[in-house]
Amino acid sequence: MGRTLAEKVWDAHVVREAEGEPDLLYIDLHLVHEVTSPQAFEALRLAGRPVRRTDLTLATEDHNVPTTDTLLPIADPVSAAQVEALRGNCAEAGVRLFPMNDPGQGIVHVVGPQLGLSQPGMTIVCGDSHTSTHGAFGALAFGIGTSQVEHVLATQTLPQRRPRTMAVTVEGDLPPGVTAKDLILAIIARIGTGGGAGYVIEYRGAAIRGLSMEGRMTVCNMSIEAGARAGMIAPDETTFAYLAGRERVATGTDWDDAVAYWRTLGSDPDAEYDHEVVIDATTLTPYVTWGTNPGQAAPLGSPVPTPEDYADPAARASAQRALTYMGLTAGTPLSEVAVDTVFIGSCTNGRLSDLRAAAEVLRGRRVADGVRVLIVPGSMLIKAEAEAEGLDEVFEAAGAQWRSAGCSMCLGMNPDTLAPGERSASTSNRNFEGRQGQGGRTHLVSPEVAAATAVTGRLTAPADL
Amino acid sequence: MEAFTTHTGRAVPLRRSDVDTDQIIPSDWLKRIERTGFGAGLFSEWRADESFVLNNPAYAGASILLAGMDFGTGSSREHAVWALQDYGFRAVISARFADIFRGNALGNGLLPVQLAARTVERLQTAVEQDPTLEITVDLVAREVRGADVTASFELDDFTRWRLLEGLDDVGLTLRHEELVTAFERTRPAWLPTTG
Ligand code: SF4
Repeated sequence: MGRTLAEKVWDAHVVREAEGEPDLLYIDLHLVHEVTSPQAFEALRLAGRPVRRTDLTLATEDHNVPTTDTLLPIADPVSAAQVEALRGNCAEAGVRLFPMNDPGQGIVHVVGPQLGLSQPGMTIVCGDSHTSTHGAFGALAFGIGTSQVEHVLATQTLPQRRPRTMAVTVEGDLPPGVTAKDLILAIIARIGTGGGAGYVIEYRGAAIRGLSMEGRMTVCNMSIEAGARAGMIAPDETTFAYLAGRERVATGTDWDDAVAYWRTLGSDPDAEYDHEVVIDATTLTPYVTWGTNPGQAAPLGSPVPTPEDYADPAARASAQRALTYMGLTAGTPLSEVAVDTVFIGSCTNGRLSDLRAAAEVLRGRRVADGVRVLIVPGSMLIKAEAEAEGLDEVFEAAGAQWRSAGCSMCLGMNPDTLAPGERSASTSNRNFEGRQGQGGRTHLVSPEVAAATAVTGRLTAPADL
Repeated sequence: MEAFTTHTGRAVPLRRSDVDTDQIIPSDWLKRIERTGFGAGLFSEWRADESFVLNNPAYAGASILLAGMDFGTGSSREHAVWALQDYGFRAVISARFADIFRGNALGNGLLPVQLAARTVERLQTAVEQDPTLEITVDLVAREVRGADVTASFELDDFTRWRLLEGLDDVGLTLRHEELVTAFERTRPAWLPTTG
């Protein structure tokens, strides 16, 4: 029987197999950031163990970094100490680090792909659940906890149980004005926040093939919000074109060898998945979340749902709680929900194509009175590229704030937060209670919807401007 | 890692589904660089509400969490496990766990026990009626006993053995170091390095 993409990558990395035990997998790339690594480095130090492969390890500062006044010391002493700890650990172990203000600095899941480090067929891990992003390249990429970070630092391997496979086939083409973000929100709304648990999802079908690498990263990024640890897309010409010429990508005959191998990775025609879901792309419209988990999403053109309509008691209770927290009334058209803040950024939608899409909507328009708009590029390189195209001028002319790179309001570990009761339209990936600041209310949207929302002050699709 | 064999204690019912790790330990707490002291941050936003079940004195000292479906979703933060342990929990019972949370829990000796939703519900109801009721989580027999419930749960032999012995994964893997070195010699030349 044929094998799936995930199975091929898995099989190529098994260092040790033993009856009844998890497989020991070799890890090709280990990404590190300041939040989930200090206790791992500390444990290594206590055990007197070195980092086995510093040349397969890369660190960046992202979660805590301020996005204004980045040349000043970090004001919050606890954040500053965490960033300092990463610097000390990387210097001591010999791990390459992109510190604040370095031209290579950025969000960990933006930095890997932009360097060309995330490649088809690789195993990639990071102490961060959105490591699933790198699956867009046909890599098996998943988030791990701090004890596993320690394990990978010490051994460059990880004991793992073979996951089950799920195919999400998206047939047809996305209609104009419908983005990768809308697609993934629709997929999660369909399969639920636990629907992917225990699976690696492979996204396939015409709509997926039609996405750019950036769009594919947006889709794979949010696999974890459906409970799947990893999402993958088979590499193709789009993937190879994106990789060619990047800093850490092979050249000459090594490149030829790599591409020849990558072409063998796609799932075999007779491969079987443990579970299959089919989505029709042609009927999709812009999606937004109304609740407090990413599965609580609906078309922007629909009303806030009524909890009593849910047959499942747990889903009903969860919807009720969510509406109370979000301060929403069932039946209100989502397009009438007013926001205080718009956040465009994060590892989901902080890449150059996202900023271009937002700028297209904001060009020649003004942000609505009283709405705060933060635009935070995913990396310093994207910031420079956007500025070279004059996007920063478009944003500032519209009345938006153009910031420096980092996670920022995606999780509010730096000073960019929502105040209690404040409501945002955010291009990030999590609308959990308090995610963007205690008491804050988050609606997840695409960059296009975020920009249009900035103009009207309520959840709006560009087509309705 | 602390070994887990069998544990008997009182349990607290958390009747919420989709409890994400941002709720278990909010991100403010993630700035710390230590592994201890996270118990004070456990569910800190929800604990601000007096009626939250953890604030009910009847459940003080409970060591088993009876959680709703899809517990531990979202962020990979191991701090969620450290917070539950630091607060005093030894086991969490739910009808389904998020994968990363489950892995983190097993790596630290906090036992994630998966039981049928009906069974979790029965246990929740039982401890709501009588908070002094004790529940036993028996890893040797792979069984939960309490109220009028006796339910077996699944856990593979290898993970069970590792927990019973309190063994840490790094030590186990380092016994196979020669295999890792041999594998490294087969890796293709075009694979990237971080430079
Ligand atoms: S941008 Fe948000 S989701 Fe992405 S790594 Fe940073 S905090 Fe995590």
